[in-house]
Amino acid sequence: MPETVLTQPAETATATAPVVAAVDIRKQFGAFEAVRGVSFEVRRGECFGFLGPNGAGKSSLMRMVSSVSPATSGTMSIFGLDPRTSGSQIRARMGVVPQTDNLDQELTVEENLLIYGRYFDLSRAECRRRAKDLLDFVQLGDRAQSRVEPLSGGMKRRLTIARSLMSKPELLLLDEPTTGLDPQARHVLWDRLYRLKEQGVTLVLTTHYMDEAEQLCDRLVVVDRGQIVAEGSPAQLIREHATREVLEIRVAASVVAGIESALSSLGLRTEVLPDRVLLYSNNGEQTLKDVHELGITTLSSLVRRSSLEDVFLRLTGRTLND
Amino acid sequence: MTTPVAVRVWEGQIRTVWNAWRTSVALSMTQPFIFLAGMGFGVGALVDAGDGAQSSLGGLSYVQFLAPALLATTAMMAGAFEAMWPVHDGFYWRRTFEAVAATPVSPRAVVNGLMLWWTTRVVVGVGGVAIALVVMPSTRSWGIIPAVVVSVLCGLGFAAPIASWTATRTSDTPFAALQRFVITPLFLFGGAFYPLTALPGAIRPVAWVTPLWHGVELCRSFTVGNSSPYGVYVHLGVLLAWCVAGYLACLVTFDRRIRR
Repeated sequence: MPETVLTQPAETATATAPVVAAVDIRKQFGAFEAVRGVSFEVRRGECFGFLGPNGAGKSSLMRMVSSVSPATSGTMSIFGLDPRTSGSQIRARMGVVPQTDNLDQELTVEENLLIYGRYFDLSRAECRRRAKDLLDFVQLGDRAQSRVEPLSGGMKRRLTIARSLMSKPELLLLDEPTTGLDPQARHVLWDRLYRLKEQGVTLVLTTHYMDEAEQLCDRLVVVDRGQIVAEGSPAQLIREHATREVLEIRVAASVVAGIESALSSLGLRTEVLPDRVLLYSNNGEQTLKDVHELGITTLSSLVRRSSLEDVFLRLTGRTLND
Repeated sequence: MTTPVAVRVWEGQIRTVWNAWRTSVALSMTQPFIFLAGMGFGVGALVDAGDGAQSSLGGLSYVQFLAPALLATTAMMAGAFEAMWPVHDGFYWRRTFEAVAATPVSPRAVVNGLMLWWTTRVVVGVGGVAIALVVMPSTRSWGIIPAVVVSVLCGLGFAAPIASWTATRTSDTPFAALQRFVITPLFLFGGAFYPLTALPGAIRPVAWVTPLWHGVELCRSFTVGNSSPYGVYVHLGVLLAWCVAGYLACLVTFDRRIRR
């Protein structure tokens, strides 16, 4: 398939300007402030992520970037345009994959794409052409005439992505694109998103899956309670907010009570959980030896590379947020 | 080649609404015939035989009196139905309006497209009654053309205000109540089955302010009666007022719901 089927080349004049620039964005719903002063920039061609627990304000942010919901205060610029006055022009150039699929379940796979393409004022013939290419792209070519309702979650998700590409968007917004999908479906989706990025589409996604953020995002911000608490590449964030490795040990219940003070001499950040103890260290094997030298008997131990998940939990805490 | 945006929304509505609601739509089309047959011919035989029937019905037989009114009641039923469940469907169940909102289509264009769709829906809905009116010699008249236009206004006079309210709801529970306590009573007390003068004076103002009675009067006078220009303007004025007010209210509430 020719590459131009899916994307249109970025305008060279604006190639260096940020695709999205937000300054001190706030969103208020009655007395509740969902987004509390957020600033960020998305560069052309990158994959930018909003990482945060449920209720952090990610979806509100996405709705504002998608130029559907206006910010209560702050300034936003998308493709250099103001979403308050140029919403339609902005939306014509982007694709949106919402958190919950809002496909028309009563219609066929193809009909969903045809109706959607018409909202972008594409001719019926052009809609049919693009629908065919896109269904092949998301591996649903043989399901074009099936109704949507009986499709699996992964298929519906892929169809929603195909639908968002009907307008050949420069910017694609994905709100929790793989939530609820099985591992196979997630990997197929990631693969398609890589390909879109290769073709020059700018991706903005929200997720609470650390592996997804590490796999896909060039840069990301961690959002918690409506504010950005950290920003950088996945590797940068791990460097800044976690150690290189994490040692996880299990100890007998009788030992747990006093273990925090016993381990304090090691000078490492430790976290005592109900079922295990985490030690953040740059050399996990060495730390395990140190623990044994303190006379602590471990039932089992595991040294692992630290991940974005450790960063995430460090920054947003272990308690439920919503 | 560009197609006006409201027309593209209308296209989408035809596909989505027809697929989900075709059973209800088909049933609502057969309903007027049941009333025409049951009331028109059954009750009609009794009424026409009664003393002074002709004078209290303005010189009309009962079938002549009832059949044109069914244009307006059918339009009301179709308009009210479309403005409740299918609109709630678009906002809440299938959330097709949310999908549309992510495209260049504006909330205003969604409302315009719906107005077009409701017009189509009312014309199709009253089509059967219109054919019956043309087929029966006693009701045959060129007045059927303005009468269908009036029934569209009557349908929109219900659809637009109700849809503007539906856009503020997050549950479908109140729809049954509206149907039971507003639409059905209007159907029975709106001057379709007997002249408004048969009702106690205290109830009549309800018919005067709601669109149905004005639609009934106009449909009747265009097809089987003599319309006085004064009465026509007043009736049209009330219907138009409901349509315009409902449309403006839709612009506000749809915008709020979609862009919240």
